[in-house]
Amino acid sequence: MNVTRGFAGRPRAADPGLPPGQYDARDEWPVLSAEVTPDLSPADWTFRVDGLVERTRTWDWDEARALPASAYAGDIHCVTGWSKFGVEFGGVSLDAFFSVVRPHGSATHAVAYSHTGYTSSLPLADLTGGRAWIVWEYGGKPLPAEHGGPARLVVPHLYFWKSTKWIAGITLLDHDEPGFWEQNGYHARGNPWKEQRYSGD
Amino acid sequence: MREAGTTPAESRSAAGTDTGGTGPAGPGSTRAAVSAVPRTRFAVPGRIAVGEDTASTWQTATLAGVRRETPHAATFRLAVPEWAGHLPGQHLMLRLTAEDGYVAQRHYSIASPPDDSGHIELTLDAVPDGEVSGWFHTVARPGDTIEVRGPLSGFFAWPGDRPALLLGAGSGVVPLMSMVRHHRARRLDVPLRMVVSARRPEELIYADELGDETTVVYTRGAPHGVPVGRMTAAHVAPLLAEQPAGGWEAYVCGSNGFAEHASRLLVAAGQPVDRIRIERFG
Repeated sequence: MNVTRGFAGRPRAADPGLPPGQYDARDEWPVLSAEVTPDLSPADWTFRVDGLVERTRTWDWDEARALPASAYAGDIHCVTGWSKFGVEFGGVSLDAFFSVVRPHGSATHAVAYSHTGYTSSLPLADLTGGRAWIVWEYGGKPLPAEHGGPARLVVPHLYFWKSTKWIAGITLLDHDEPGFWEQNGYHARGNPWKEQRYSGD
Repeated sequence: MREAGTTPAESRSAAGTDTGGTGPAGPGSTRAAVSAVPRTRFAVPGRIAVGEDTASTWQTATLAGVRRETPHAATFRLAVPEWAGHLPGQHLMLRLTAEDGYVAQRHYSIASPPDDSGHIELTLDAVPDGEVSGWFHTVARPGDTIEVRGPLSGFFAWPGDRPALLLGAGSGVVPLMSMVRHHRARRLDVPLRMVVSARRPEELIYADELGDETTVVYTRGAPHGVPVGRMTAAHVAPLLAEQPAGGWEAYVCGSNGFAEHASRLLVAAGQPVDRIRIERFG
């Protein structure tokens, strides 16, 4: 251990919800997109699932919102170090979309892409089983554009760069195809509890 | 002159995107025709590869000196003998460890240009109640050791190859200054312009170092005869009207509010969205 002289740090909150190396952002919700926030209206938004599926499908705003509603209430964790407790997102579970397109048994990975062209890559297993959502509400209100509105992916058990803003589609693949940050040195999976920040972690 | 995979895809029309994109981004990808993942259409991929070893290895850094920049910001010079080198615009991760093993870590932009000195510099704002910046501003003294890992992220890096248009506010000038210093140190011919926004003259970081390449915008108070107000199209449009061959690569750094504002000015003035790289505080 390499102790820093004179460094005490914040009072220890002993918060079991805080993954290693993270701090509580409290009321802050930093915006960290690397690109220009797009001017995208609900009428222009679409969401497509393709790749290794039985039936490719594209939903428009009304079609997506007609699927069974599902919400996430819990915590989110950003690779830059902040975590935010007790957030509420409203939308639809990805399982509802997948049950329509029916992924092939050969599908192992996914690329989630944005209407801006941003991409994130994930193991498919992290997107199924009620652990991932397409959301359009935050705290009961429309998701703000700078946070990915009209709709974004939310995969809260992984670092939040995986939760592609302005989600346009998900492509299912039989191999890992690194996304935007993954090509820039970030981890293929990004589990905050194992502190998988960079590709060597 | 662009790397493989950075050519912008056609604009995706919103509805009926069943044509999909033309393939994944990524140098050397051979699967372009197979998957429908759209080619990334903003400024990617990263300008450089990031080494796994340098990104994942913690190194000891020794504080070599402190230089005050403004009443609220100071530059901390660190000796890192095994530093692998970096490109202007990259950042590092830094951690402080308390006696009970508690660790606080933060990402900070690198202010110094790449050189072989075995030293790097960080310029940090004194954030009120800042856990890490507070230690730097009130406790740290030369000889203290901390730990760093990096450099990290190739996205905001500028190797000095393309004309660069830099827009920053507050301590958002820090990674941009690494680019300006690199440009000077290497006597690069490629055009470089910077517009920086500061609240008041006394809060302008690196004030003595800024040269003809820089326009300063003061938002709260300005020297006599200089207007006060936020960055506007009048600052940005002329730079886009006199574009160098091949156009500008734009780098925007600051708070989210500034980044949203400045990136909109760039788009309105005609800068392609796929050639705007943004780094927001947080």
